[in-house]
Amino acid sequence: MSTLNPDQVTAQRLAGALGAVQRENVGDGSLIEDPSVRPPLVLNDREIGEITEIVCGYAEGRPGRWWLPIFLVTSTFVGILLVMVSYLIITGVGVWGLNNQVDWAWDITNFVFWIGIGHAGTLISAILCLFKQKWRTAVNRSAEAMTIFAVICAGMFPAIHVGRVWFIWFVFPIPNYNWIWPNFKSPLLWDVFAVSTYFTVSLLFWYMGMIPDFATLRDRADGRMRAALGEGRKRLVPDVLRGYIFGFLSLGWRNSSRHWHRYEMAYLLLAGLATPLVLSVHSIVSFDFATAILPGWHTTIFPPYFVAGAIFGGFAMVLFLLIPAREVMPGFKDLLTLHHIENMAKILLVTGMMVGFAYSMEFFIAWYGGNEYELYAFKNRATGPYWWAYWTMISCNVLSPQFFWFRRLRQNPLAVWLVALAVTCGMWFERFVIIVTSLHRAFLPGEWHMFFPTYVDILTFCGSCGLFLTCFMLFLRFLPIFPMAEVKAVMPQADTHAHH
Amino acid sequence: MPIADYFPFLPPAPARFRTEAGEPVYGMTGEYTTAADAYHAAEHFRDDGYTRWDVYSPFPIHGIEDAMGHKRTHLPKLVAAGGFTGAALAFWFQWWVGFDYPIVVQGKPLSSWEPYVMITFEFGILCAAFTSLLSMLALNGLPRWHHPLFRKDRFLKCSDDRFMICVEAADAKFDPGRTRALFEKTGASHVSLVEDE
Repeated sequence: MSTLNPDQVTAQRLAGALGAVQRENVGDGSLIEDPSVRPPLVLNDREIGEITEIVCGYAEGRPGRWWLPIFLVTSTFVGILLVMVSYLIITGVGVWGLNNQVDWAWDITNFVFWIGIGHAGTLISAILCLFKQKWRTAVNRSAEAMTIFAVICAGMFPAIHVGRVWFIWFVFPIPNYNWIWPNFKSPLLWDVFAVSTYFTVSLLFWYMGMIPDFATLRDRADGRMRAALGEGRKRLVPDVLRGYIFGFLSLGWRNSSRHWHRYEMAYLLLAGLATPLVLSVHSIVSFDFATAILPGWHTTIFPPYFVAGAIFGGFAMVLFLLIPAREVMPGFKDLLTLHHIENMAKILLVTGMMVGFAYSMEFFIAWYGGNEYELYAFKNRATGPYWWAYWTMISCNVLSPQFFWFRRLRQNPLAVWLVALAVTCGMWFERFVIIVTSLHRAFLPGEWHMFFPTYVDILTFCGSCGLFLTCFMLFLRFLPIFPMAEVKAVMPQADTHAHH
Repeated sequence: MPIADYFPFLPPAPARFRTEAGEPVYGMTGEYTTAADAYHAAEHFRDDGYTRWDVYSPFPIHGIEDAMGHKRTHLPKLVAAGGFTGAALAFWFQWWVGFDYPIVVQGKPLSSWEPYVMITFEFGILCAAFTSLLSMLALNGLPRWHHPLFRKDRFLKCSDDRFMICVEAADAKFDPGRTRALFEKTGASHVSLVEDE
């Protein structure tokens, strides 16, 4: 062991004994009216080291009192999910309400809902990265985490809805005794490849972004710092164990500039690859419907319409989860400012209107196309037995974002949170409307049935929400929830030419 | 990247310098408190003709490549190669399966290529993404969980808020006296030697 020791204050800071300095929050300096001045991305004149302190504090220290009760509730729902899925597998898909002509219902609704939520992460990370939108650093890590968790929830539904889930490996081109191959001309198989590629690439992107932050956590868990100091804060996971875990995950990252150069290039390339990927995934999901001849599904507007809807629903979920997190976690407001929330509210407004345009265009084409089955399908959506689902969708997705024309509402976290909640519900209803209202009135009146969810349908969906939230709670507790290196790089202190 | 980084079991090159205690010297480090100081110091090291040296910083310093004078990485070419290989493989495989296990879909000929575009694209992206991460790590000589610099206490602050320059003893221009003088000229603090492992 070397005899050089850092000065005492630095040692204490590194050991986490001092904790993040709490400052009086004097207004929100991010809401500058002057368009020629860029609002700060980090408030309260934080130093670079304070960013480390705040972000590592979440992963190292004990969370507030709010964490455990929420975690217990969400993990209870994970238990319910396990019971429901086991019951389904043991008994058969007849335990769901889709035991008639409506043979895709909540299962595929949930699948499309979750995969849509999963689009915001890669959108924020990749597309905003390519457009050099520096404000993305406040939300990209948590949005990427949401992507991973949402795609896990999404992937579960197609797998269990096939009935005999032990044959799900048939969808992969694995050489087998019968020499049977999957049908590569089927949109359902494209979907398998799209979703699994999306999951893998999102995971790589998420992990790669965390490598430097893992290195920071590794260095802070180092025993030499602790030996120099005595003891730090009490922690749930012992420092030695954390040192090994983060040390392994950081792959020996040394913060070398030669490494950073290749790292930044690789990150940019991944962003460039993920951008067409994110657009392709929901397009391919929409092909599941658009290549069928069913009225209400067989439309060419589906790919862009689905992509816009996915971005819309994904941003709503980001806001829905991060606005409460901002309230309960110390220092969060300095990194996720009202300026960030306002930017995302604007994106909700834009994508909400894209979705509204798609809804109206579907009606227009149904009339203009002169196909009576198509026209009937759309009239039935708005006025048939599922009218309530259709109008819930319209009011949540098209009307509620209109509040964001007003600056005061865009800058009010509670108002933004309520709209985000409405949009999240509305996007679930959108998928329900597309799937169920089209299927319940197919060409032959003999196939006309109503779909009613059973308790298994309902609890499985609630369970998937529980799974998503449980993963997110664990993420908030154990991982770096802001990209520290990226936040530091957009701070004024990173400017090398300011002090000439 | 010295390829020997990947093979720590190979016999090490003989040490050019040793400490008073007789340990081989890995290099000399100096510390800077701001990104601007590290940036301008890097320009001095570049102009002095050092080749085996590096700037360690908690975040990528904008424009440091120019200040250090190192070349653009070959990573994009590797990623393009990985992506196109994956896409070609996926297309070839689907085409082959189309004849090996023929399924007529909507009366289209078995040789129709259009349905294969989606999976070709997805698999190309997948291979390019893996190439991107793995070749970034390979070119950086990572994963490598051991390094002489990790033995240095102050180095741990480079992942927090400090900046450090390290000149390796293997650099032809390395000289304990002159290198230390350059560190001091550029305003470095805590200039010290790093022992090799």
